[in-house]
Amino acid sequence: MRNLASLLFAAGLAFLLLVIASELGFGDPALLIGGDILAQAPDEVGATNIVTAVLLGYRGIDTLGELSILFAAATAAGLVLVGGRGAKTPKVDPPGGFILRTGADLLFPLLLVVGLYIIVHGHLTPGGGFQGGVILAAAFFVLVLARPGADGSGGMNHTAIAFIEGLAGAGFIALGLWSLWDKGNFLQPMLGQGVFGTLLSAGTLPLLSMAVGLKVGAELAGLMTQLAEQPADAADCSDPNPANPKDKADNQTEATHR
Amino acid sequence: MQADLVTWIALLVVIVVLVSAVLVLTLENLIGAVAVSGVVSLGVAVLFVLLHAPDVAMTEAAVGAGLSGVVLALGLRRLGLWRLESSPEVTEHDLSARPSASVRGEDRNA
Repeated sequence: MRNLASLLFAAGLAFLLLVIASELGFGDPALLIGGDILAQAPDEVGATNIVTAVLLGYRGIDTLGELSILFAAATAAGLVLVGGRGAKTPKVDPPGGFILRTGADLLFPLLLVVGLYIIVHGHLTPGGGFQGGVILAAAFFVLVLARPGADGSGGMNHTAIAFIEGLAGAGFIALGLWSLWDKGNFLQPMLGQGVFGTLLSAGTLPLLSMAVGLKVGAELAGLMTQLAEQPADAADCSDPNPANPKDKADNQTEATHR
Repeated sequence: MQADLVTWIALLVVIVVLVSAVLVLTLENLIGAVAVSGVVSLGVAVLFVLLHAPDVAMTEAAVGAGLSGVVLALGLRRLGLWRLESSPEVTEHDLSARPSASVRGEDRNA
């Protein structure tokens, strides 16, 4: 019965979206700005990767909005997750098995190098700040998974992570304010175009990439460690038939476990 | 059909994505469902590469196949729904022999 209601709701929503989409007239006044950007970006911005040129040069404030959304989500998750830590004695995880520990030790420097490479070369090759930042977060989180430590946090210092995140976000905005003061436009690329195709090209774009990458990496690493520090539910994962099914698991998941 | 190799590869990936999407809904084992949702994101990332969008593909692979699966799995663990075995009867005999079963680190002495 519940499945039928969900299916009807999804069908109704799909019908609504199809009707809206058919009335919108996609491509009717054709947005041809892509061709103009392709023609002008290498000379104006100086970056080889035009996607990054659009993200950080032409539409820098959209990237700032995306960073704010990530920050709000991570802060909200952090506020919610504080309640589970340290309230009762947490069920601490054992350290990861041999494969996980060895793999984490081998993967950490590789992930670090690859993440930093993708961030720094964001204006030359596909990638950029956000992609490299996620890889950096994975690099630090795999260490937490391998050796959770006494309190489950794996030695990650949440204060330092928050400090790095705040500093990187402030750096992004500071670069924008510098352009505002110098050229009159917020987040306008400065420092000229440089030599096309080298690392020192595209003005402030590598700096903005670095700020985005560090912010995203620190944010996601902190968020995942906060999730990992949560104690596993006290009804515990090794008990196949919990005597008192918790109300948290709804009826459907309960039924699939019986 | 006069289609080149890229079209066949794309067709194969689309079939994998659709089958995995259906599996996410029908699997009893919730950890398996999380893993298969990672397969869906990975297939979509390959499709993005075939559509000449490497930046989007990188983001989708990193977030969908990596972060999203980890967040879901940690959430399952917090709710106590983290079970590797799909049927409870299988584990009852095992658990009477071992004091506790954890899903990581079967090798406790290493």
